[in-house]
Amino acid sequence: MSQQASLYEQLGGEAAVNAAVDIFYRKVLSDDRISAFFDGVDMDTQAAKQKAFLTMAFGGPHNYTGLDMRQGHAHLVERGLNDSHVDAVIEDLGATLRELGVKEELIAQVAAIAESTRNDVLGR
Amino acid sequence: MVTIRYAKNNFELEQNQSVLDCLTRRGVPVPFSCRSGVCQTCLMRATGGTPPELSQQGLKDSLKLQNYFLACVCHPAEDLEVALPDDDDVQAVIHATVKSLQLLNADIMQVVLECHAPISYRAGQFINLFQNQTLGRSYSLASVPHEDDHLHLHVRRLLPQGRVSGWIHEQLRPGETVEIRGPGGDCFYTPGNAEQGLVLIGTGSGLAPLYGIIRDALSQGHTGPIHLFHGSRDLNGLYLTGELRDLVRHYANFNYVPCLSGEDAPHGFAAGRVHDVAFQQIPNLKNWRLFLCGHPEMVRVAKRQAFLAGASMKNIYADAFNVSQSS
Repeated sequence: MSQQASLYEQLGGEAAVNAAVDIFYRKVLSDDRISAFFDGVDMDTQAAKQKAFLTMAFGGPHNYTGLDMRQGHAHLVERGLNDSHVDAVIEDLGATLRELGVKEELIAQVAAIAESTRNDVLGR
Repeated sequence: MVTIRYAKNNFELEQNQSVLDCLTRRGVPVPFSCRSGVCQTCLMRATGGTPPELSQQGLKDSLKLQNYFLACVCHPAEDLEVALPDDDDVQAVIHATVKSLQLLNADIMQVVLECHAPISYRAGQFINLFQNQTLGRSYSLASVPHEDDHLHLHVRRLLPQGRVSGWIHEQLRPGETVEIRGPGGDCFYTPGNAEQGLVLIGTGSGLAPLYGIIRDALSQGHTGPIHLFHGSRDLNGLYLTGELRDLVRHYANFNYVPCLSGEDAPHGFAAGRVHDVAFQQIPNLKNWRLFLCGHPEMVRVAKRQAFLAGASMKNIYADAFNVSQSS
């Protein structure tokens, strides 16, 4: 792997996102700490959003702004979304990547990108 | 210069501009989010012309076949006429003659319609049938193009006050002309992957699209196992049982499990709610394709269970029969 390879390339690009999205979404839906936030949400729409989130967290191409993150989660913050829920999502993300055999150092980079959205997601 | 046509307005596409940017800059309210071809918020449909393959990446096969695309990554080389998924007016009214009306059980009427103009549809899609200009309802197609001459609908009478279903059951007569619009919906069989296992779960008149999808798959040479689970509270709610048992005799890969949730099940019937029976019999759904039709709560629960049991979201096709609040 060359020094120039981006995180997204090292992870395997879009194919890696496709491999991860169902596993990740299954973990999130089965996670009692956060699954209630997904009740009543259209699963096809949500799966597409999970894919967009993973693409961003994998360092892939995206155009999300902090404002998008705020607006997209404001209704959940009103329902009590807090730090513990963000922790759970980042944990599920790490478990997904471990299941796919991704190296810990790359997992840490993905977690750091996800972490960087925390304040916007929580509207702070 | 490429032209994008939306709602009878022509917009010229600038160099390197996406269809999304072209439309939103002119004030067309296309919703969007990621702008990277991933989140599918800007889903649109080409009603004229063919969208580029790149703009369809990641979409369900049944959406691709209907020329849906993602506007944010759509850079067409040729003119496109486009619509938003919720634009009802993209399809013209078609007149159809009622050929026959036949009760399939105490509550479900088969309506056979002969269209006055050709209609291109896939078994399992739905049409809207109008009682008058403002009152219409969606009904799934149980017929298969190339197999059946006419459109077949299964209309369950909604009591106490289903307006359109009541009209169909009590007033409509063979020979009358009705207006329809359609087809719509992405719950249908797509060719390819002929050896994949199919699980179809339906309640009540949710059998209509499934009956079409099964016969469509069989006529297109599907070789993988096809399991149909049809559920009702009691025996009176089931229908087409003879036809389905005939299909079982004709096709070694087709299996039919009628399920009864409300009473002791006689020999040949499974006891329990239809999706519970299905997931008990096929607990691991990895690599299976699912079709879920009928009661909205069953569809919602079954979709989640199927996904958690290993089915990929891309392989789950669903049509929830929502009852109109204004009925």
